[in-house]
Amino acid sequence: MTATESRVEYEPVIGLEVHVELATATKLFCGCANEFGAEPNTNVCPVCLGLPGSLPVLNERAVEFALRVGEAFQFTVPASSIFHRKNYFYPDMPKNFQTSQFDQPICADGTLVVDGTPVGIERAHLEEDTGKSMHVGGSGRIHGADHSLVDYNRAGVPLMEIVSRPEIHSAEQARAYVSELRSVLEAIGVSDVKMEEGSMRVDANVSIRPVGQEKFGTRAEIKNMNSLRSLGRAVAYEIERQRELLEAGERVVQETRHWDENDGRTHSMRSKEEAYDYRFFPEPDLVPVAPTDALREKVHAEMPELPAARRARLVEEWGINEHDADVLVADAGLANYAEAAVVAGAPGKDVVNWVTGEVLGFLNETGLAVGALPLAPDGLAELVGLVADGTISRSQAKDVLRECLEEPKRPKAVVAERGLAQVSDEGALGATLDGILAANATTVDEYRAGDDKVKKKKRGFLMGEAMKALKGQGNPQLLNRLLDEKLSA
Amino acid sequence: MAHRITHEDVLHVANLARLALTEREVDEFTVQLGAILEHAAQVEALDTEGVPPTAHPLPLVNVLRADVLRPGVDRDEILAAAPEAEQHRFRVPRILAEDEA
Repeated sequence: MTATESRVEYEPVIGLEVHVELATATKLFCGCANEFGAEPNTNVCPVCLGLPGSLPVLNERAVEFALRVGEAFQFTVPASSIFHRKNYFYPDMPKNFQTSQFDQPICADGTLVVDGTPVGIERAHLEEDTGKSMHVGGSGRIHGADHSLVDYNRAGVPLMEIVSRPEIHSAEQARAYVSELRSVLEAIGVSDVKMEEGSMRVDANVSIRPVGQEKFGTRAEIKNMNSLRSLGRAVAYEIERQRELLEAGERVVQETRHWDENDGRTHSMRSKEEAYDYRFFPEPDLVPVAPTDALREKVHAEMPELPAARRARLVEEWGINEHDADVLVADAGLANYAEAAVVAGAPGKDVVNWVTGEVLGFLNETGLAVGALPLAPDGLAELVGLVADGTISRSQAKDVLRECLEEPKRPKAVVAERGLAQVSDEGALGATLDGILAANATTVDEYRAGDDKVKKKKRGFLMGEAMKALKGQGNPQLLNRLLDEKLSA
Repeated sequence: MAHRITHEDVLHVANLARLALTEREVDEFTVQLGAILEHAAQVEALDTEGVPPTAHPLPLVNVLRADVLRPGVDRDEILAAAPEAEQHRFRVPRILAEDEA
């Protein structure tokens, strides 16, 4: 490229479709259990198997959850919304259609503020999940498989599909959007939002256009991203792939692409152009949903604090920085743990240091959930207290905490067991110092007569002797202060 | 006539519905579907000014069910009714045809 040639700058345009499984006890249209990991085909009935003559009845809890989603993202919830049949032939839906919502979704036109920037959310609608297929023969993927085996436990599980507007402009922002969306959904208790288990799934529509151009470029839909990390990687890869195509004078094909975590690329899923015709039509077996004022008010009144408000409150009340507040609130369970420790009497700032440091480190290392920790929040408060009153030093506290995270033990018990308690009793420390000073009268005289260098050396010696006499358990701050007082007396 | 359905339309719809029709059937359904659409055209000609669109003939909303577990069906019984089963799952033929794989 010569200096006169100007390189075209491209702007990525990204829209995200997020599916979340709702944490109801039963499926969307029947009383089968909504549970992950059950034995295949043990949570099925005539409704979710699509047997002739069976009729769906909508789960009222799912409607309530949809209204919570409506509140959390400032959606408009219309007076009435209806279900449609989305027709397609694929064995993951035994009915040959998926019951979904089409032109009258339960939530329309919402917003999520991501790192200070509002991202529009076009809609959020209720629909049923599909069954799970296992492909047999070939490489275990659908291509080249000999036949497939289907488990319908998941068929009919309630989903909300949350569709952002194409207002996301980088891989980092895509990741931040999903992270914040996840925190909000977790906070309002509608889903357990586990990307790894598939209770939260993200598809990304990615295109690029020259900066300043209004018309969108051709988009590719990226699927199969199972973590926030793979979402960020896949979107970044796809932006780069499209940029290279355009720079080489080629065009982007509108298609679905599959993210491969192992080779770090997206791959075209089908060789031929997809031409779906879902023939949506209103579901005749379900009547419209028209949330009553009473239900809307109940949901409104029960809305918990959302992550953005919680972060602001913790920064304000505990004097912690925004980064720590982000880390803490990103995991509602962790934030609840910290708040409980503060209620038990520990200062917020100290609690956050331990929770975002050692506790979070331990959880990441072991893969445990915060709820599974043997140390209750008031136990952490006890530890903070032991450091604050000088019983143990911060570095001793680390070891004590580690033991309490590994085994069900209280910090005080560990301190007693290991004989860690510092001597913080002024009388006892003073008596020890008096003994040391008397036994080293010459050193004391040299100290008093000496220059700064000599003073420093002699003082260090005396301090060392005192610590030795205390078997290393003297409170160093207190001991230092008392020694200074006595030497200047 | 505005809603006239063609031979090709019928073939397209049959394909979407995975129906293999004979030539005679295509001709037959072209006539029958044409008559249905003609009837719809008559309804469309009515003055519906001020009539709200409806998705349902029943004067009902909010038919809801409490989120309470109900026993389903026995797995062995339901799998016995399937054409084929394997590993406690419904066995289905290859999903993608050769030309798609």
